[in-house]
Amino acid sequence: MSDREEVATIVVFSGELDRALAAFNIATAAASMGMEVTMFFTFWGLNVIRKERGSGGGKTFLQRMLGLLNRGGAARLPLSRLHMLGGGKAAMKVLMREFRMPSLGEMISLAGELGVRFIACTTSMALMGLTEEDFIPEVDEFAGAATYVEKASRSAINLFI
Amino acid sequence: MIRHATWIKEVMSLQADRVVDCVGLYCPMPIVKTSQEIGELAEGEVLEVVADDKGIVSDMPAWCAKTGHEFLGLEERDGEYHVFVRKRGG
Repeated sequence: MSDREEVATIVVFSGELDRALAAFNIATAAASMGMEVTMFFTFWGLNVIRKERGSGGGKTFLQRMLGLLNRGGAARLPLSRLHMLGGGKAAMKVLMREFRMPSLGEMISLAGELGVRFIACTTSMALMGLTEEDFIPEVDEFAGAATYVEKASRSAINLFI
Repeated sequence: MIRHATWIKEVMSLQADRVVDCVGLYCPMPIVKTSQEIGELAEGEVLEVVADDKGIVSDMPAWCAKTGHEFLGLEERDGEYHVFVRKRGG
């Protein structure tokens, strides 16, 4: 049982701080339990693994507009509820520090150290006008749904967050 | 919780080879630290994890069941849980 490495896959669709934290909590726990963990970042989830100073350039006018409104980076993500123009999030950050909880940025680094694989969805990247240079170095693969489906099809755990 | 009582007797006599302090840390950090620390031990050695997040009472036996390391027991002293894990043999 313990000698067989099992696979866990998590689709990170949301670009919100609380959801991303939940995804990384489970990912790091699973990796600590000897599982091979893959996180597949798609759509708004790409914001979680974007550099804060990514170009966000985009080729078309609409992509550039979207880039202005949808700036990524782990430190920039809003809360899914009670964001309150950043006030709710600021309070949450203070509470997390008080209780010595790692920030999302620290959780991302930790996941990388534990061998969690990060895959960015190329279709969402194309839609949003993002390139490989827009992502943090932990991202080790740029791929599509078939890569995810293959891993998910042999996963003991498969989540969509 | 009946088993909990018997564990307490057993772990009182345990001498850990290494101690990891997780006081003030919450899930998933205690088990992440445990998995990192157990790598530093030789087979059969005992790791003591000290934590105050109650989640560890359930999480450490779960972690052991999954990884194959042996859960030796835990005891609570002044709100801190002392958990003992023996690194599995090859």
